[in-house]
Amino acid sequence: MSFNNLDQLYRQVIMDHYKTPRNKGALEQDSVNIEMNNPTCGDRIQLTLQVEDGIVKDAKFDGEGCSISMASASMMTQAVKGKDVDTALKLSGIFSDMMLGKEYDDSVDLGDIEALQGVSKFPARIKCATLAWKAMEKGVHDEEKS
Amino acid sequence: MNPEIKSYFPILNQEINGHPLVYLDSAATSQKPTPVIEALKEYYESDNSNVHRGVHTLGNRATEKYEGAREKVQQFINARSTQEIVFLRGTTTAINLVAQSYGRANVEEGDEIVITYMEHHSNIIPWQQLAKERGAVLKYIELEEDGTISLENVRAAITDRTKIVSMVYVSNVLGTMNPVKEVAKIAHEHGAVMMVDGAQAAPHLKIDVQDLDCDFFAFSGHKMVGPTGIGVLYGKKHLLEAMEPVEFGGEMIDFVGLYDSTWKELPWKFEGGTPIIAGAVGLAAAINFLQEIGLDEIEKHEHHMAAIAMDKMSAIEGLEIYGPKDPAKRAGIVTFNLKEVHPHDVATVLDMSGIAVRAGHHCAQPLMKWLDVTATARASFYLYNDESDIDRLVEGLRSAKEYFSDVF
Repeated sequence: MSFNNLDQLYRQVIMDHYKTPRNKGALEQDSVNIEMNNPTCGDRIQLTLQVEDGIVKDAKFDGEGCSISMASASMMTQAVKGKDVDTALKLSGIFSDMMLGKEYDDSVDLGDIEALQGVSKFPARIKCATLAWKAMEKGVHDEEKS
Repeated sequence: MNPEIKSYFPILNQEINGHPLVYLDSAATSQKPTPVIEALKEYYESDNSNVHRGVHTLGNRATEKYEGAREKVQQFINARSTQEIVFLRGTTTAINLVAQSYGRANVEEGDEIVITYMEHHSNIIPWQQLAKERGAVLKYIELEEDGTISLENVRAAITDRTKIVSMVYVSNVLGTMNPVKEVAKIAHEHGAVMMVDGAQAAPHLKIDVQDLDCDFFAFSGHKMVGPTGIGVLYGKKHLLEAMEPVEFGGEMIDFVGLYDSTWKELPWKFEGGTPIIAGAVGLAAAINFLQEIGLDEIEKHEHHMAAIAMDKMSAIEGLEIYGPKDPAKRAGIVTFNLKEVHPHDVATVLDMSGIAVRAGHHCAQPLMKWLDVTATARASFYLYNDESDIDRLVEGLRSAKEYFSDVF
């Protein structure tokens, strides 16, 4: 059986992140520690961030979930590490637009994240891809409040 | 099973992602046959009106159909009287009604409510809330290793402090058929009432509430080829009579004064608002459809499907099936995981082949914890499925396995 359409979803780079996740684990020194679930399917992510002077100095994630959710978490930590908080949130906004199939700001180099574009064609899987980004957003906002 | 049954379900006659649809998610909701769809259409085209209040002809017709549906349900589960049949939105609403009405009136601090590890969230949370509110203890009956329930463990859990025992008849994850009749007997020996979550049982087995001697029995129309939004609470008359309504206004009232009101008699006192008239009409048509085929025949078909599916699926290397291995102990529900492929990914690959299965925690997170998994995939069979559907599933699973070993 051929699965050409599946290849749009499961791009090589996604499978690479799933199989060898970057930044897996938990930071020992964190300023943000947030757990988030996808209640409809049981995916779970724990995200630890070290935010200092408005910069995401370090980021790690742990959790359980499907290839898309775990690969997306791996890519997200990779993307926001070393960026300032505003840029991290801007990336999150771009990613959200990408998932909703909207026009998105392509002036920013998205790196590996671009590979997740195909997820927008699989509505049931969009929540898998956005879980880590939602956790990051909430974590950063909580940190700003405290 | 008659192969023509499939042709009664128009939705099955379509292609999904370029392949003929194989629908294996009936435990979530079943598909609807033409007679049910026609009954709804006819009701709306010819008889639609509010019930029990119009003097006009349509009002009478709608009332006759609505109350006729109640008689149908009464016969279907062998209740003593139509007064014991309450139409509600579904199983969840029915269990919540019992928890909020019977529970609040009868459970006190230190009393026990006993459920099991294999309950659907809808048969856990109403009791959690009640226990928290009353200072009662919520106890879980342990499962055997194969996902069945032993009467020994039931006896160990139920004590003289137990006021309510609530248990699923057929597990929506493991497919296990539980000995609810025997459990009801044990509950009664301790003065407790027995509630049965029949959501996965009513579509597949002949239900006899008098034989089970349960005190409450809940089920949903949409899982048994009926429409969504209609369900049934059966309760023994003397229990329902003593219970207070939890929804006020509309259909349930008798006399309304400025500061005090009285309720209608059973079963209407629990049916606040405009009743689910079309839903009840559709449910009656669904029951007719199932009875024409025969519930015994359906049950036999499901054991057969479970046996063949388990046999063919276990031949796939790395595929683990949860729940009892003996097909006679389970309904047509097969929950599984494919090694190294997450169930969501399995479900997406199957969907691309036109096969609909469920992936996730199946609204049974405590059971997932007991199984020590975060999610599983589930294929559930109903009367319109046949062996060719199982073959397509097995073929799809093999492709999924292959696909993911390729991309790795």
